[in-house]
Amino acid sequence: MRYLMFVKTDESMPAGPPPPALYQAIGELGEQQAKDGSMILTGGLHGSAEGALVNLADGRIDVIDGPFAESKELIGGFAMFDVRDKDEALEHARRFLQVHADHWPGCVATVEVRRVMEDNEFVMPS
Amino acid sequence: MSIAEQSPAPRDVRRSIETVWRMESAKLIAAMVRVVRDVQLAEDLAQDALVAALQQWPRTGIPANPGAWLTVIAKRRAVDHFRRGERHERAVEQLGRVSELEGAVMPDLEAGNEVDDDLLRLMFICCHPVLSKPAQVALTLRLLGGLTTAEIARAFLTPEPTVGQRISRAKKTIERHRVAFEEPGAEERARRLSAVLEVVYLVFNEGYAATGGDDWMRPGLTLEAVRLGRVLAGVAPDSAAVHGLLALMELQASRGPARTGPSGEPILLMDQDRSRWDHILIRHGLGALERAEALAVGPDRYVLQAGIAACHALARVAPDTDWAQIVALYGQLVQLEPSPVVELNRAVALAMARGAAEGLAVVDALAAAGTLAGYHLLPSVRGDLLQRLGRTAEARAEFERAAAMTGNARERTLLLDRAAAC
Repeated sequence: MRYLMFVKTDESMPAGPPPPALYQAIGELGEQQAKDGSMILTGGLHGSAEGALVNLADGRIDVIDGPFAESKELIGGFAMFDVRDKDEALEHARRFLQVHADHWPGCVATVEVRRVMEDNEFVMPS
Repeated sequence: MSIAEQSPAPRDVRRSIETVWRMESAKLIAAMVRVVRDVQLAEDLAQDALVAALQQWPRTGIPANPGAWLTVIAKRRAVDHFRRGERHERAVEQLGRVSELEGAVMPDLEAGNEVDDDLLRLMFICCHPVLSKPAQVALTLRLLGGLTTAEIARAFLTPEPTVGQRISRAKKTIERHRVAFEEPGAEERARRLSAVLEVVYLVFNEGYAATGGDDWMRPGLTLEAVRLGRVLAGVAPDSAAVHGLLALMELQASRGPARTGPSGEPILLMDQDRSRWDHILIRHGLGALERAEALAVGPDRYVLQAGIAACHALARVAPDTDWAQIVALYGQLVQLEPSPVVELNRAVALAMARGAAEGLAVVDALAAAGTLAGYHLLPSVRGDLLQRLGRTAEARAEFERAAAMTGNARERTLLLDRAAAC
């Protein structure tokens, strides 16, 4: 089964910018996870300054350009895993955060783990 | 073994430990085989490490690098084991091993090459020519896939004690022939590698087109084989055949979601809704095929088959399929490995490229040769071609014959439906 994971950090985190060693360690972990067949897709995301929010409210659609200074949930990257069960997905998430703990003291981060719908689960509402 | 019965750990911690174990056991056993050169002992030591984890981790938490932790414990147990001299007959070897072990009590687990070599060695052992094919499959799934005996038995619709016996006999054979001590040279490695590929593809096919039972596919086995293929591509990255097999499996697996209808009935390739093909797997497959073709020094069965699968993957709609290219690839495949099954596939492609009559001529030649007697796809293909030529009465008889020959219930229904529609 497949799980999509987003890593979120808090912009106001006191730890400062991520050290280069973190990127290297994440790269090495990712290489390992791709090699054992579990990580099938991964990507990083630019800061919110290069993005926007497109909102719908009261029948009106508004575009708000980034950056979003108040955001507590900056999504830094995503990865898709192909694993046997949820426990394996959680262990991969744990390893990813362990690398952060090892290389970025004071880091506060969350990995959101979501199961991807399989083709046959995706039923259009009739 | 039942972990649940031995551990006082709370359920969620125990589950995390079992998960770590399942994810790490192949690497752990592979590393232990390197140092003790005994598959059964390596597995026992790995199990000892698991028991230690079940005792300690609930108190201490899961260590930062659980794989390294398990390896350290397993190696310490190996030192204890040899010190106790439980196997006097190997005293000389043991002395060497103990000093090697003591030098390596803090292993650098992330030293990539060593892990790769260990895994490849374990694959060679599991697929060693002294073992029967079913034994190779069972041992590979057990030691490299981390599947339990019960899971393997269920996947292959075989009684659990049979699988258990198969595995324990295989381990004894390995010990008797001192297989774990072998360090094959370059030529032998190539032969061994092809045995490993054969086993992985066999597992894939069993999952992809279940030969027996009520289900058309057993996706668990398919995924396990793809996973093994990915691991293999990591540990033997210079082999065209390895990337070729991986490409073939990823591309075939990409059609998984489209291969069955709402009630589980099979849908043939040309009738599949291609928007349901898995594009992540297609991308993986095409990438692997590119690597395979760059590495290939001569024609290779897996690379050729992956090339055929890629022709399908690249066709957005069925009529776009490059059948001429597929005919050419099947032609190369038949030359490389003359096989009536491949020839039958070539006939299908030929019928698509140049008309049903040309395909039927090849199929009739195969039927006359008699080498495919008992193979249900021969009458199935023949029925299809006859139907396209408007010879419906003959077509119906062929579909009925094919239905009587297949062991798969879903496929039988499909064939009988086609007979009825003639």
